[in-house]
Amino acid sequence: MSAAAGTAAEIAAENPLAAGLERLPLAPTALVIFGATGDLARRKLLPALYNLAHDGALPERFHLIGVARREKAHEHYRAECEEAIRAFSRRAPDPEVLSAFLKTAHYVPGTFDDKHVYSRLAELLGRYDEQAGEPLARAYYLSTAPSFFPVIVEALGAEGLAEQSEAPVRLVIEKPFGTSLAEARELNRRVLAVFSEEQVFRIDHYLGKETVQNMLAFRFANGMFEPLWNRNYIDYVQITAAEDIGIGSRAGYYDHAGALRDLIQNHILQLLCHVAMEPPVIFNAEQVRNEKVKVLRAIQVPTPEEVADISARGQYGAGHVGGEDVPGYREEEGVPEGSRTETFAALRLEVDNWRWAGVPFYLRAGKRLARKLTEIAVALKPVPHLAFSQEGSLGVRPNQLVMTVQPNEGVSLQLGAKIPGTRMSIRPVNMEFNYGTSFLSQSPEAYERLIGDILLGDPTLFTRDDEVEAQWAICDPVLSAWQQSQRAPSAYEAGSQGPADAERILLPGHSWRAI
Amino acid sequence: MTDALWSEDRTTPEAIDRALRELVHRRHMEDGGFVPARTLNMVCFIDADYAGEVANRLRQVGRYEPSRLIILAYDHRRSSLQARVNVAAAHDPAPGELALLHESVQIRLGERHMDDLLTIVDPLVITDVPTLLWSPHGHREAIDALAPLAQSVLIDSAAEPIWREALDGACALAERLYVVDLAWVRPAPWRERIAAAFARPSRRAELGAIAAVTVRHHPDFCASALLLLGWLASRLQWRVEPLTTHGSAPSRLAGKARSRRQEVALAIEPDSREAAPGLAGVTLSTASGRSLSLDRGAGGLHAHERTREGEERRWIILGASRGEGGVLGQGIRQALLRDLTYRPALGRAREMIPA
Repeated sequence: MSAAAGTAAEIAAENPLAAGLERLPLAPTALVIFGATGDLARRKLLPALYNLAHDGALPERFHLIGVARREKAHEHYRAECEEAIRAFSRRAPDPEVLSAFLKTAHYVPGTFDDKHVYSRLAELLGRYDEQAGEPLARAYYLSTAPSFFPVIVEALGAEGLAEQSEAPVRLVIEKPFGTSLAEARELNRRVLAVFSEEQVFRIDHYLGKETVQNMLAFRFANGMFEPLWNRNYIDYVQITAAEDIGIGSRAGYYDHAGALRDLIQNHILQLLCHVAMEPPVIFNAEQVRNEKVKVLRAIQVPTPEEVADISARGQYGAGHVGGEDVPGYREEEGVPEGSRTETFAALRLEVDNWRWAGVPFYLRAGKRLARKLTEIAVALKPVPHLAFSQEGSLGVRPNQLVMTVQPNEGVSLQLGAKIPGTRMSIRPVNMEFNYGTSFLSQSPEAYERLIGDILLGDPTLFTRDDEVEAQWAICDPVLSAWQQSQRAPSAYEAGSQGPADAERILLPGHSWRAI
Repeated sequence: MTDALWSEDRTTPEAIDRALRELVHRRHMEDGGFVPARTLNMVCFIDADYAGEVANRLRQVGRYEPSRLIILAYDHRRSSLQARVNVAAAHDPAPGELALLHESVQIRLGERHMDDLLTIVDPLVITDVPTLLWSPHGHREAIDALAPLAQSVLIDSAAEPIWREALDGACALAERLYVVDLAWVRPAPWRERIAAAFARPSRRAELGAIAAVTVRHHPDFCASALLLLGWLASRLQWRVEPLTTHGSAPSRLAGKARSRRQEVALAIEPDSREAAPGLAGVTLSTASGRSLSLDRGAGGLHAHERTREGEERRWIILGASRGEGGVLGQGIRQALLRDLTYRPALGRAREMIPA
C-alpha cells in the first residue's frame, strides 16, 4: 500500500471531518525503533514521542517497540524510557499520560542480524493488528550505526515485514546516509531492493526546524524579495553553521566523518537548496523535492584541480571558549594522534542556471568557533552610483539580508541610513524581525514535527534518494582531493573565527561575516 | 519575571501611551536583548470587582500571552481614568539572546467613559497587529463599541446561562468579527479524534452510515455538545431540526437528523459525574451495527469499540487535558488563525435548539 499521504486539502476532500482541523487524522501505527537504547532515542525520539502523546498528536492507536541488543524485560525498558523522557522532555510529563504512554512500549532484545528478532517482531506486530481488528501502519526507525542499515532492511524484507496490503509500511533512516557517493548509491540500492522510495523517509533534522521551513514562506509568500532573488541583484550568498562546542564524546563518529560530511553534505546543502530553488507549482513532496534536486544538479561538481581553489579546511587547536581553556581537537578523548580530520570546512560553489549563474555560494561549517550560529546571508550588489561619497559615507555597505536559523531565529535586513546631523553621512543599520516576537507559540522540536510527518506519511521534509546522491556527488571530489593531499588541515584557535586560510576561497571584494 | 511599572490616577490615553513607550524604551536600554512582542493586542472589558479573577485566568495561558494586554476594569461610579502599566519579561536575556517584553495596561473606568471607549483604547493598541476583544462578564455594549478596532472576539457560549441567547449572540457577532468561541475550542481534541476514527479508507464509507450520536457533557456545557452535533451535521450535510427535552434534566435533549442515506438519532446527555468542563463522552453508532465510544479518562480519551459481529475492543487515545488555562490560551492563539468550520457548525447547532 502507498506510504504517502495527500495534502491537507486532499485529505479533507476525502474525509469531510478533517476539514479545518489543526491536526490531520493519523493512521493507527506501530513504531519500531531499532537502536532503542541509544543516545538519539533517549535524547530526541522518546521525548518527542512523549510530547506528541501529551498534545494528543499520536495516532488514536499507537504502539512503540524498542529493539536493541541487550536482554531486558519490558518493564526495564519502560523504566529507561521514563527516565529519558523525564530527563530530556521539553515539558514536565503529565503522570497519567506518561503512564499510559509507557504502557504502549514493548521491548524486543537481540542483535540486528539475528533472524529471531524479526520473527518476534512479526509476531508482536501481528498481535497488535489482531487487537485492533485491522492492520496497523508500521514505521521502522533505524536509529543505529549506519553499518546496520542494510542489515536491518534486508532482514525486514526477508521476514515479509516490508509491506502489507491494507496499511502503509514506512522506513525511517537517520543520517549519515553513506560516507561517500558510492556508499550512498549502494545503500540506496539495498534499501530500494526491499522498500519502494515512497516508503523511505531519510531524516535531515534541519528540515524539521521551523525557520528552515519559513525560508520558503519568506521567499515565496512575499512579493518584494523574489524580483531581487537572482544574479542581477545578488552578489553572493554565504551559509554558515558554526558551533562553539567541540566533539564531546563523539570522537569515534566524528573522526571518520569531519565537518564536510557532518554538516555541509546534508544540512548546509539543504539550506542552499532552500535559498536557490525555484518556486514549486504546488507545495507537496514531489514538487518541492524536484526543485531541490534541480538546484543540486545545477551545482558544478569541482574537478580535482579546482578543489584547492574552492575549498578550505581547518582543525581546531587549544584555545579559550567562554572564559574556559579548551583542548585542541587532537587532545580530545578518543581522537587518534595525528588525526587529519577537518573540524572546519568551507566551500565556494556555483549554481549554474539561469537565475544564479556567476553568483558564488560560500558554505562553511565548523566546531569550536566563536559562537553557535546558523545563518544564511544574501549580499546584494552595491548601488551603481553613490551620490554621498564626498560626504563621509565610508560606512555605506551593500545591503545584506540575513536569515538566522539559530539562535534568535529571524530575518534582518542591513540598510544604509543617514546619521543624524548636518552632513549626509550614512552608516549601516539593521531592520530586524525576530520570529519569537511575532508568534504566540514556540516552535515544536524538529523531531516532533518530523515524527508527526512520518506518521502522516508526508515526505516533504525528508531527503529523496536522488537528492542524497546529488549531495554526495558535490562533496565526493572535495573529500577525495583532501584525502590525497599531503597538506594537513590549517590550524585555528578554539573560540576563533576559523582558519585564516578560509579567506583564500573568497572572490575579490567579498568577505566572511563575523561569526 | 522582571517588571517595569508605571501608574497614574486621573490619567489620559496619551499619558498611558507615553508611559508604554518610555517603559519599553527603558527596558531596551537596560539590555538590548529585551525586545517587545508584536503579535496580538488583547482588549478585555471586565467588572472591576473581578479584575483579580480575570488576571489569574490570563496568567495561566502560558506561552499564549498576548503581546499587549489592555484590561478595562469597569466600576460604574468611577469618574476619572486610573491606569497601571507593566512591561515585563519572563526572564532576563541570556548573553546574545532575546527576552520578550509583554505589556499590560489596566485602566479603571466608569459609566461616563462608556461612550468614549473607542477613543480611550484606540491610541493604546499596537498598530498593524491583530486585536482580540474579550468581555467575560457580559457587557455586550463594550464589544459593540470596540468592534471597529478589532478583528476577532473571544466568547464562551458555554458560559452563558441560556443556550439560545448564547448561540444567537455568537452568530450576530460572527457577522462583524471573527469569533473564537471557547465552547468550540474546548472540544477540538474530540473533533480530531472523531475524524481520526473515520480516517481509514475502509472506515470512510461508514461516515454516511452513522445512525446515532450521543454526546455526554458536564451539566454546564450543553452548548459545547450542541456545537459538536452541529459540526457533524454541517460536515456530513445532515438536515437537522429542533431537539426536544427528554427526561428530567433540562439539558437532556433528543431528536433526529436526516443524512443522505438514513435518519440519525441524536441525543445530548448531561453527566453529573463529570467534573471537568466540556464534554464527557461521545458515542457514534452506524447502521451496520458498529459503535465507537470515546470517554474522558486518565491519560487521554478511553475508546470502546463494538463491531457489528459483537467483538469489543478498548484502548486509550493518549493526550493530556489542557485545563481551562490551556483552553483560554488556545482561544487567544486562535485569534491569529481562521477556522472556517465554526460558523456552519454554529448554524446547525442553532437549528437544533429546542423550540
